[in-house]
Amino acid sequence: SLSAHPPPASVEPLTIGIIGSGPAGFYTAQHLLKNLSHAKIDMYESLPIPYGLARFGVSPDHPEVKNVIHKFASIAEDSRFRFVGNVTVGRDVPFSKLASCYDAVVLSYGAAEDRKLGLPNEESTKNVFAARAFVGWYNGIPEYAGLEPDLTSSDTAVIAGQGNVALDVARTLLTPPDVLAKTDITEHALEALRKSKIRHVHLLGRRGPLQIAFTAKELREMIALPDTKLDVDINVVKEQVSADAEALATDRQRRRLMELLVQGATKKFDSPTARTWSLKFMRSPAGLVQSQNGSLAAVQLEKNRLEGSLQNPKAVGTGEVEELPAGLLIRSIGYKSVRLFDEVPFDPKRSLIPNVKGRVVDGDAPVPGLYVSGWLKRGPSGVIAATMYCAIETATAIVEGLQAGHFATRVASRGPGGFDALEPLLKAKGVDPVSFSDWKHIDRVETELGAKRGKPREKLVDVKAMMDVVAAGRANR
Amino acid sequence: HNVITKPKPGEGLKVTYVTPEGERITVLANDGDNLLDLAHAYDIDLEGACEGSLACSTCHVVLEDEFYDKLEEPSDEENDMLDLAFALTETSRLGCQVCMSTKLDGMTVKLPSATRNLAVDKKR
Ligand SMILES: Cc1cc2nc3c(=O)[nH]c(=O)nc-3n(C[C@H](O)[C@H](O)[C@H](O)COP(=O)(O)OP(=O)(O)OC[C@H]3O[C@@H](n4cnc5c(N)ncnc54)[C@H](O)[C@@H]3O)c2cc1C
Ligand code: FES
Repeated sequence: SLSAHPPPASVEPLTIGIIGSGPAGFYTAQHLLKNLSHAKIDMYESLPIPYGLARFGVSPDHPEVKNVIHKFASIAEDSRFRFVGNVTVGRDVPFSKLASCYDAVVLSYGAAEDRKLGLPNEESTKNVFAARAFVGWYNGIPEYAGLEPDLTSSDTAVIAGQGNVALDVARTLLTPPDVLAKTDITEHALEALRKSKIRHVHLLGRRGPLQIAFTAKELREMIALPDTKLDVDINVVKEQVSADAEALATDRQRRRLMELLVQGATKKFDSPTARTWSLKFMRSPAGLVQSQNGSLAAVQLEKNRLEGSLQNPKAVGTGEVEELPAGLLIRSIGYKSVRLFDEVPFDPKRSLIPNVKGRVVDGDAPVPGLYVSGWLKRGPSGVIAATMYCAIETATAIVEGLQAGHFATRVASRGPGGFDALEPLLKAKGVDPVSFSDWKHIDRVETELGAKRGKPREKLVDVKAMMDVVAAGRANR
Repeated sequence: HNVITKPKPGEGLKVTYVTPEGERITVLANDGDNLLDLAHAYDIDLEGACEGSLACSTCHVVLEDEFYDKLEEPSDEENDMLDLAFALTETSRLGCQVCMSTKLDGMTVKLPSATRNLAVDKKR
């Protein structure tokens, strides 16, 4: 009879470890939980705080985008899911040890570095920052809480890059502080922005208007900024747009963006505006001029000429250099993922983990049990919606692997697997893993602090302060 | 995010959702219900990452020509988000922005496949 057979292997849970708690990690978890009733998921996160760039990247003045966090929180409440914060995989536990406790591991640790301009004194010149650091400063990444950008010595900032992150930074610099005061922007950033003398922000693009990387929503917000005028060489825009008319006719996104750009550039003001922002095309940073105290005084720009196709031209330096006086430079030319684990294949050229539809590959061969999701899988671009589709693909690869018999023997058949197996090890090392209910104490304290200041939240920016709240929460339980 | 009171059988407006797998699910709507809240009320998989505040494009749906034409043009803000939607069509809308009314009674709403067009990556 049927009952004489051993129970099917699927009765044991499929134990899955996810590294990184950003949108990629959470959306992958959601689709695994939806499709595998026997899934058991642990999600590891370096910080005591979940959500990755949904908390630490998305602008303070985009609270609607952060609504996605409610969904993530409901995923975290699933009894088959466990959040393990304050654990840095690779430092607190070797990757190979962690991997041995799981049937499958999903790598979704995002992009922890940024691309540099490659200028000689880029690191040593004061008031030159990565967008990652500057955004982290106003968004409360503990590592950047002490950044202390000088916003008072000059009225001009330069941002290298013309993507959405560049516009986020420009908007934050040009938005009236009273507006920002109603957001979850960190108090230290708000104070500095209240004193800020920055009135002019220039955004540099190596290539032309057709290569702008930001999207219409963010451009529309810039155009709507009060008392702020857009400066752009409208002739260059019109010239490029008419040259490319045929391709634009079928490229809705780009066509609408160009129309909006012309609209913004020709917007009329009754009197000169207090603030301006500009899009400078065909300009590459070529050098940094320092003041006597080593602070940025000006950015040297090399003019480029465009060669090749209209849609994807190459920027070629002309040798002609001009100087743009500015006291603050933020480079926003892209985030970059890094190799964290020697055991995991990495493509250094593309700065991502090589994969086929989310399954990690070493050359042509799939690596058993290893998957990747999010910015680490596709490269560091794409909105949360793109990250969601990417995560669904990865979860699908795992489900299909299960159907194909990839996980025939389960770690759970050998005794406690997953976090249960790792916890003693972490504790012995003095690591204090933070659970989702621990995080809820931090969440509550932040919300209460925020309410006192008329903000949705006042972020704690210090890991020690977070852990004190966690300890107090546990004591009260 | 609105909770919907489902109309009684025999009352209400009819909407048929078609899932990426081709399954057809017909539900009853009240005048004014939007297609995102309505989907959620009936456990139909339609993501609404920004909870209906026009900031994400995950609630993308495809309407039939006939019903698309009955609606007012999408706002600039909706079009900005549609620019970023996957597998955009001529009759695409954001589910959270389309509200049911008698003129939409009997409409079919297609949910685009989540895994299609993964290569189309929008810049951030
Ligand atoms: C400045 C900025 C603004 C943005 N604004 C928007 C917006 O308005 N709308 C929108 O749709 N999208 C926006 N995005 C894009 C969105 O944030 C990304 O699509 C998404 O966050 C990518 O998700 P991810 O999970 O791959 O990476 P991340 O969100 O970066 O998550 C990675 C996580 O892994 C953790 N981690 C790293 N190393 C380890 C380790 N060794 N062990 C454990 N954990 C680790 C990190 O702490 C982090 O929490 C923005 C991005 C940036 C940079
Ligand atoms: S739910 Fe985000 S735009 Fe509709």
